[in-house]
Amino acid sequence: MAKLTIDMPHVGESVTEAVIGKWLVSPGDTIRRYDPLVEVVTDKVNMEVPAPRDGTIVGLLVSEGDTVEMGAAIAEMEVEGAVAEQKPAAEPSTDGPSVQAASRVGSMIVGANVGPTGGEFTDTSLQMESSASEAAGTTGSSASRRRGRQGRTDTGARISPVVRRLADRHGIDVSQLSGSGTGGRVTKRDVEAYLESMSTGAAPIAGRADEVVEPSPIRRMIAENMSRSFREIPHAWGAIEVDVSGMVAYRNANLERVQQSTGQRLTYLPIVLHHVARALGEHRLLNSSWVDGKVMLKGAVNVGVAVASEQGLVVPVVRGADGLSIEETVSEMARIVEGARSGKLQLEDVQGGTFTLNNTGALGSILGGAIINYPQAAILTTESIVKRPVVITTPEGGEAIAIRSMMNMCLSFDHRIIDGAEALAFMNDVKVRLESMSQDDQSR
Amino acid sequence: MPEMTLIEAVRETLRAEMRRDPDIFMMGEDIGPRGGVFLASEGFVEEFGEDRVMNTPLAESSIIGIALGAAVNGMRPVAEIQFADFVWPAINQLVGEAARVRYGTNGGKTAPMTVRVPYGGGVRGGLYHSQSIEVLFAHTPGLQVIAPATPYDARGLLRSAIRSNDPTVFLEHKRTYRLVRGEAPDEDYLEPIGKADIKRAGSDVTLITYGLMLHHSLQAAEMVSQSDGIEAEVVDLRTLRPIDGETILDSVSRTGRAMIVQEDTGAVSVSSEVSAIIAAEGFFDLDAPVMRVTPPEIPPMPFSPLQEAEFMPSPDRIAGAIRQLAEI
Repeated sequence: MAKLTIDMPHVGESVTEAVIGKWLVSPGDTIRRYDPLVEVVTDKVNMEVPAPRDGTIVGLLVSEGDTVEMGAAIAEMEVEGAVAEQKPAAEPSTDGPSVQAASRVGSMIVGANVGPTGGEFTDTSLQMESSASEAAGTTGSSASRRRGRQGRTDTGARISPVVRRLADRHGIDVSQLSGSGTGGRVTKRDVEAYLESMSTGAAPIAGRADEVVEPSPIRRMIAENMSRSFREIPHAWGAIEVDVSGMVAYRNANLERVQQSTGQRLTYLPIVLHHVARALGEHRLLNSSWVDGKVMLKGAVNVGVAVASEQGLVVPVVRGADGLSIEETVSEMARIVEGARSGKLQLEDVQGGTFTLNNTGALGSILGGAIINYPQAAILTTESIVKRPVVITTPEGGEAIAIRSMMNMCLSFDHRIIDGAEALAFMNDVKVRLESMSQDDQSR
Repeated sequence: MPEMTLIEAVRETLRAEMRRDPDIFMMGEDIGPRGGVFLASEGFVEEFGEDRVMNTPLAESSIIGIALGAAVNGMRPVAEIQFADFVWPAINQLVGEAARVRYGTNGGKTAPMTVRVPYGGGVRGGLYHSQSIEVLFAHTPGLQVIAPATPYDARGLLRSAIRSNDPTVFLEHKRTYRLVRGEAPDEDYLEPIGKADIKRAGSDVTLITYGLMLHHSLQAAEMVSQSDGIEAEVVDLRTLRPIDGETILDSVSRTGRAMIVQEDTGAVSVSSEVSAIIAAEGFFDLDAPVMRVTPPEIPPMPFSPLQEAEFMPSPDRIAGAIRQLAEI
């Protein structure tokens, strides 16, 4: 048997670190090659790290919630056969017996070669120490080897009685604490340190006490990206009103046909995405990035769609969206949205987005200033579609009040790259495309 | 405060008690002109005479039987068993009779007797001069079992044992007799029976021990403090019956981690009882499994110096176990 260190695999050129999500194995587990070991969260994707070989997990080197560099050691396993790596043995203690001050405690007389009846005597058990510890490698192992049933120390994610009691008393979710014990176990001291850190805050005035919740790995990732975007990108935003009565009519007229051809229910979002992608092909500044003081115009139009999944906000990408028909867009969106909700996305499904579309209207919003999905140049939100009385121009050239389906679109954009003129030119392009739809359109 | 070895503490306490109370008399093998094999009664027969310092035949059952008869009839005998390994012939007198005097007489009689028993190994004593016999007496309701590890405790507890109205087995670890030195005042002080003592304060791990292993444990605690910054609290049981659960549980409630270190083999032993107390009453304070450091389960202490040293839990081995427990 040999010990093998498992490293965090490199998952992509732009990914430098990952957050350890959930360990799927514990020390002592026997695993087969490719068995999933741990869930990790990067700024791009959630994934599972597979076992490199058959063997037994010896120890977990990082805890859930830790941020780990790509290539860093995350676990150790024992495998059959040879492995090049060998860890140095722990150094035996060099501390000799110390002379204690005499007190009522009493102490051993160091160097007293006297027996119980007063004769000359050499204490082998005290002399043996250095040689015994050398032979045993680490001093602890001799005690445990001697007594095989000393008990499990591969405690992993176990919660000890005192930790459970403290957690219950103070309403703490132990899984949200980082543990310093074996296998990342949360110890009593960890809980006490946490409580200590909490108690330094201001005293609550009345009613429910303040609570501090440890964010999930993906929440932390979102927080970091949002802060970075808001910090680095000078955001500007604008809104435009779109008469989507034609799109609504189109959608109602084509529901059945699309259902038959794609197996999916036709919604407004793929229709909007289709037109946004076409417009992006003509307004290339909106499909760019600010990189090192230069504007990088992206060759492909890859539109990310914000999806609220159980784990948090995920943005899977429709690649080459400007080349897809509405039906193709429906199929591709169905695939990635389902992937996002079930956590089954591949890395390429979330990489390489050049623009982001967010259907905040689904939640009832009518207006909003979104934060740009770094390092893109802009993000478009589609707001609620509501029926309103609107003044329209009749075919005869007169004016009339009609009931129309209206929708707001909001665009946040990087003001380093884009001014209001380009932003509104783009939005008006999308507006014209959407307003020109009708129920008679057959193929787009 | 004068410093003395543990054997000096025993001797001076016996002398002071003999002078204080004429009802006290001593009996045992070679305790007269020879002064006992460990010289616990050196010079006693000259001072107190043969009526109060009695040499006996090599017959442990009669030593304890005579002591018991005297105790029930109002004397305060202090009997010496020369080596704990030889106590077995007296088991019936102690476990079968002395322990049951109060119960058997419906509280009408008591047996105020003290049986001093030098025990323990690490002295190159081999099969017949090294054993730990405490568990048999610690198991017996009606007996008190005391095992001091320091001169101070030896003085205070021996006085308490002699003045107690119940039969008491007073265990003196042979290795500590001339190895351990400490302060012990000449004053007439008593240490309470059934009360453990915290010999070293610590916040990370609780070590529960007694006898010679107290000193090995204290040394191990210093080692891990210096090398790893682990602070072990060391609880000296001092009395093995009744065991002071309160002090143990109080310490474990603070550290969350308990280790019992003993020279006796582990199965069905003092460490078993302490483990049971912690499991039953301290479960919700535990942050790690209870750990025990004990010798291998073999019948006697080996005679070979190397094997004997391997048998006894050394400070080094205890330190290793502390590190292991502290990091769980």
